[in-house]
Amino acid sequence: MTPDPGMIAPLAVSFEALTDPDFWISVGVLAGIYAIVALGLQVNTGFTGIVNFGAAGFMAIGAYSMAILVVETGFSFWLSLPLAMLITMLFGVLVGLPSLRLRADYFAIATIAMAEMVRLFAQNARGLTGGNQGLFCSHDDPSNCYANDWRDVSDSINDFVSNFWSDPAALFPLLIVVWVTVGIATVGLIYLQRSPWGRVLRAIREDEDAARALGKNTLLFKLQSLAISALLGAVGGFFLALNLGTLHPIEFEPLVTFFAFSVLVLGGLANYKGVAFGAVLFWFVIEGTRFIDLPDPPFTETRIAALRLAITGLLLIGLMAYRPQGLFGNRQEMVLGE
Amino acid sequence: MEAGRVPEAMPLALSERFKEEMRSRPWLGAVGVIVVIFLALVAREGLHDVAQTGLNGLSLGAIYALGAVGLTLVYGILKLVNFAHGDFLTFGAYMAYLVNVTWGAPLVVAIFWAMLMTALLGILFERLLWGPMRAKQAGLLQLLLAAIGLAFLLRAVVQWFWGTEIRTLDVNTTSSVEILGLRIGQTELIVVIVGMVVLLAVGVMLRMTLLGKRMRALSDDLELAETAGIDTRRVILWTWIFSGALAGLAGVMAASVTSLYPEMGFELLLPIFGAVVLGGIGDAFGALAAGVVIGVMTEWSTLIIEARWKTAVGFLVLLIVLIVRPQGIFGRAKTI
Repeated sequence: MTPDPGMIAPLAVSFEALTDPDFWISVGVLAGIYAIVALGLQVNTGFTGIVNFGAAGFMAIGAYSMAILVVETGFSFWLSLPLAMLITMLFGVLVGLPSLRLRADYFAIATIAMAEMVRLFAQNARGLTGGNQGLFCSHDDPSNCYANDWRDVSDSINDFVSNFWSDPAALFPLLIVVWVTVGIATVGLIYLQRSPWGRVLRAIREDEDAARALGKNTLLFKLQSLAISALLGAVGGFFLALNLGTLHPIEFEPLVTFFAFSVLVLGGLANYKGVAFGAVLFWFVIEGTRFIDLPDPPFTETRIAALRLAITGLLLIGLMAYRPQGLFGNRQEMVLGE
Repeated sequence: MEAGRVPEAMPLALSERFKEEMRSRPWLGAVGVIVVIFLALVAREGLHDVAQTGLNGLSLGAIYALGAVGLTLVYGILKLVNFAHGDFLTFGAYMAYLVNVTWGAPLVVAIFWAMLMTALLGILFERLLWGPMRAKQAGLLQLLLAAIGLAFLLRAVVQWFWGTEIRTLDVNTTSSVEILGLRIGQTELIVVIVGMVVLLAVGVMLRMTLLGKRMRALSDDLELAETAGIDTRRVILWTWIFSGALAGLAGVMAASVTSLYPEMGFELLLPIFGAVVLGGIGDAFGALAAGVVIGVMTEWSTLIIEARWKTAVGFLVLLIVLIVRPQGIFGRAKTI
């Protein structure tokens, strides 16, 4: 994943950096972002039984809509956020309308194809998205960057924090905001899940035909489920955009979706509280590999990256083969498909 | 056909008859679409350009088709959506690189080595992962995510040993052949010919041999096949051998006409899925035809849009087929 500025330090330094708050804060931000995205996947996969492999696409639509609205059309950052959420939810519904009628495995393939189309578009529609060069500030007015308004807020938070902590980490305000969002989303979803609406979702997961026989418009419920994950994907996308400072299409690879899935299944399916825990555990393991004191040959930077990929792969395989319900999931609640 | 019941005096409207025809022979519709696209392109760009880009598309099509046949066999027989199939291609390509570039052996040797190693890889994970997971009656999500985990693991291995830099095989990239005023690179031509021969051989094998018959029996109903006394374990192993070897071959071919990098296979996976779905899941002939069609369409698209957009064609075909006709052009609507 994207190395944060503080992390490009030589690999051998290791243990000193372990006590470096900047490092742990940046890991915490990543964990929070993925917790938000994985919460959306939990609604889809854990509670509605639809395997959405398009989370990265939702994140990209959210992040790029926000950035384009601010940079290209001159919207205020604060107005662009709800607009971008709306755009992403609309996009989710548009994707869902034809594809949610499909069998679960086809839906998974359709959503990953959709996400890759979005990324391809971001790569090639250079006039709009900046392509592989990235998008951060306006071409005509280099002082108009999408992260400007956030930086102001971030600075004032840190001004306040500096009363208690002499030199607060630059990412500290983002950490706070991201995790407050995780908290709100988790609590909100738990309440939503207890409502009659939430029970219909579970009914669809268990037996869609039965839910339909009871007169429920299951497509409508599945669309709502997808719209919620699109919304959460967009929010995750915003935070990722603020964390990065520049948007590149490569930040929205399918790998991102599957990191979120790793977070999800680690925390456990059909359990909202597990998601945050899974996110923290996953990212501390993945980023922790930066700090095991590995000698440079043979452990070059690419090999450490490969190692992280291998850990993710082994984690997914191991969990799915031996403990599919994850740490806090309920085995009875994860029967998908036939 | 329902048309038979309609009295003579009231002939079906032309549009109705057309619909009937489409329903009974859906692949005719696909052929029709291709012909219309072909004619429209010829009218716009001239026959030579359309034929030339079509010829360019054949090598890509052969790669898609080889990948798709292996993927569709596993999908049909084991009901496993093997998201790691793309990385099987990558693995095969790097195996060929090892023999062809690092050890300096001829490409032919490298191809056989790659096919052998990828087939072994298929068997290895059948024994270690898929067999045990089937025994535990793992659900769809479990299988999907385990396949993705495997994809990451394979990519990590490739990245560990060969890094992320772009590499090429030791192939002739300069000489080309002229046929009827059309040019095709020598390597591309070999890829097309080898691809078609291998695909035909696999097709004949599936149709004519007992193993092929058994594979189709498993694809229809695994438990029934087992009850009928077929040694399903053996057939499943052979399925993996075919799937792996074809993936290895496709990987080497992709590496010969383009280049090697750890994501190469994953990037080919979605168009390959497109071919699998278009051809109808489990249908090797369908996958073959659909792979070639998608390859040719991809190159045709460069006549009207910029080449950097051409990757979108594979995705678009996949999405459109999923939405319009998820059972594929030859398939039946029973399981969708």
